[in-house]
Amino acid sequence: MSHPLIQVKNLYKSFGDTEVLKGVSIDINRGEVVSIIGPSGSGKTTLLRCINVLTKYDKGSIKIDNVEIGYTSDDGKNRKERSENQLSEFRSELGMVFQLFYLFPHLTALENVMLGLRKVRKLSKVKATDQAKYWLQRVGLTEKINSLPSEMSGGQQQRVGIARAVAMDPKVLLLDEITSALDPELVGEVLEVVQKLVEDGMTMIIVTHEMSFAKDVSNRIVFMDEGKIEIDGTPSEIFDSKNERLNTFLARIKK
Amino acid sequence: MEAALSSLPYLMDGLLVTLQVTLLVVVFATIIGVILGVGISYGPLWLRIIVRIFSDFIRGIPVLVLIFFVYYGLPAIGINMETFTAAVVALSIFKISHVIENTRGAIQSVHHGQMEAGKAIGLKFHERLIYIIFPIALRRFLPPWINSVADTAKGSALVSLIGVVDLMLAMQKVIGRTYEAMPVYIVGLIIYFIINFSLSLSSRKLEAKYAFIKE
Repeated sequence: MSHPLIQVKNLYKSFGDTEVLKGVSIDINRGEVVSIIGPSGSGKTTLLRCINVLTKYDKGSIKIDNVEIGYTSDDGKNRKERSENQLSEFRSELGMVFQLFYLFPHLTALENVMLGLRKVRKLSKVKATDQAKYWLQRVGLTEKINSLPSEMSGGQQQRVGIARAVAMDPKVLLLDEITSALDPELVGEVLEVVQKLVEDGMTMIIVTHEMSFAKDVSNRIVFMDEGKIEIDGTPSEIFDSKNERLNTFLARIKK
Repeated sequence: MEAALSSLPYLMDGLLVTLQVTLLVVVFATIIGVILGVGISYGPLWLRIIVRIFSDFIRGIPVLVLIFFVYYGLPAIGINMETFTAAVVALSIFKISHVIENTRGAIQSVHHGQMEAGKAIGLKFHERLIYIIFPIALRRFLPPWINSVADTAKGSALVSLIGVVDLMLAMQKVIGRTYEAMPVYIVGLIIYFIINFSLSLSSRKLEAKYAFIKE
């Protein structure tokens, strides 16, 4: 248990000619809640997507529980990309919640949460139903289990999105600007759910623009700018920092 | 008029052949077309190029030419088929190209985020197709697919030209015997209309059934 849960070392990623990640290194320990903040285009979301191998990284290494996830070895020219099936296995251990929810529109809330439990975890129908109901109740949606996504508000859909991810019992939960697409009055109910998961001791990486929330729940906050990690520190270190870029950023989003 | 009515059983035999051709073509075209449609959407580059060329080429030629080519042309390279088989093969090839485009369009209409959400919970590629992409894409797939089925039923009349005794050729034969063109054609028109009208009714039902899927 001595190694960090997630070890990102010197990560590089380009889309065409645009270099989005320029040597990012960060360790995340079990039970830690780390928020990533920074201006748009700073690479926050790309970093999160690389950790979930939804995006393939070019250079560097990402290890989860000491296993390189995107390739068959940590580095070097001879490493090979992992097969789709291996990636699916890694992804099933990581929970991801998306900015735009991406619920399955043809399935009810209950079925959305059950799909992974049934097909990936191979649980029986009874067990999967029980677990899905449990998590929908935890996110306050007992009344809505038989509703389709189109019959729910954005806040409710996002809470289903969270339930769908945590029901899989992931090693870490990755939250990608999960309140950015919500009407302001719906943000609170979603953050409340995240707060509860933090109290459960869930390991989380949170990409967010909600500064006060990040300050409240995080053990560490990471400020990214132009594809690099500028500062990695405790909330108070971040908010008391004299770093010019960070302060420009914080001043801009306060407006 | 009576002569036309008394030849109804003969027309019904023709109708049966029309329905057989239509059914076989729809089944083959749907299965192969969907597989190739998935191939052109997610397959490796070489496969996408081959399917693209096939689809564009086939859709670019008149179906009658294709029917004649399969029946009269292929024997030149040693492939001989009976008229019925040739008809089914030619129409299937033609319809496959439409089902490919139909499938590709329906898959494209599914937001890529649904695929990613499926990846994120650890579903494998085929599981994402079966449980997520196909059910969502079905709504977009069905309307043009049913048009395609109706087109097949109507277009199958062309197979009479290579001598398949379908409804069309049966009508021609009855007319040749009785010289009662008008009544026979009226019966034929009504039968074709009933086939396609029932198809369009079922298509409306199917569309209503899947209309609940919103994004």
